[in-house]
Amino acid sequence: MVKPKVVLVACGTAVATSTVVAQAIQEAAKKEGIQVTTRQCKAAEVMSMVDGADLIVTTTPLPKNINIPVIQGLPFLTGVGKEAALKQIIDELKK
Amino acid sequence: MNLSQLLLPEAILLQDHAGSSTEVIEKLGELLRQKGCVKDDFVEATLRREATMPTGLPLGGEYNAAIPHVDLEYVLSPAVGMATLREPVVFRNMVDPDEEVPVQLVFMLALDRPKAQIEVLQQVANLLQSPDVVAGLMAARTKEEVLALLTGLEAAS
Repeated sequence: MVKPKVVLVACGTAVATSTVVAQAIQEAAKKEGIQVTTRQCKAAEVMSMVDGADLIVTTTPLPKNINIPVIQGLPFLTGVGKEAALKQIIDELKK
Repeated sequence: MNLSQLLLPEAILLQDHAGSSTEVIEKLGELLRQKGCVKDDFVEATLRREATMPTGLPLGGEYNAAIPHVDLEYVLSPAVGMATLREPVVFRNMVDPDEEVPVQLVFMLALDRPKAQIEVLQQVANLLQSPDVVAGLMAARTKEEVLALLTGLEAAS
């Protein structure tokens, strides 16, 4: 069995917007048949949780020195650029 | 839990005048406080959070939105306040605080159990993604119109 990809979903408080984004990622991954685990965290916790994650999707500003791909999650709240953001995420998950 | 149920009629401001995002947050927060939904320091905490973690959302159309909110510890009973503004006020972009977002539609979220109430934020996100709904809210002149629009959406979904 393939190890599920781990997506870190970051927002200001780790409870609100990141949940909406995490759900959207889960749905999209399921459609593509990709195993994915989402972990929600606060911006301040990202550095300590980045180990073991494949990708970060964020709705809050993050430090620049992160060594895994970071994708903006705002499209999942506003709809603007949603398809492009989903494609970006799926492409990363397929790597 | 539906947005129309949580939206407090007393905390709906339509075609309001506000000089700044701070003023909108103060007005909506005070209305929520008067109804006993939030603690006395809710506004202060929301403003503090907004300063470091802003909530402006560019919608790519005529109107932009903001969803000011704060940690659950400041909330006594869940409620949502809403304002439409005649003139935009400046919020900062949620993911890029350097970017100013002129906002005319504000949803203030006072949620005490975000995991259970996440569908409310999802509903707000869904309606912000529909330019027609945003235009409908901006055109509303009475609270009844707003609630009718929201219950209509909920019945259709």
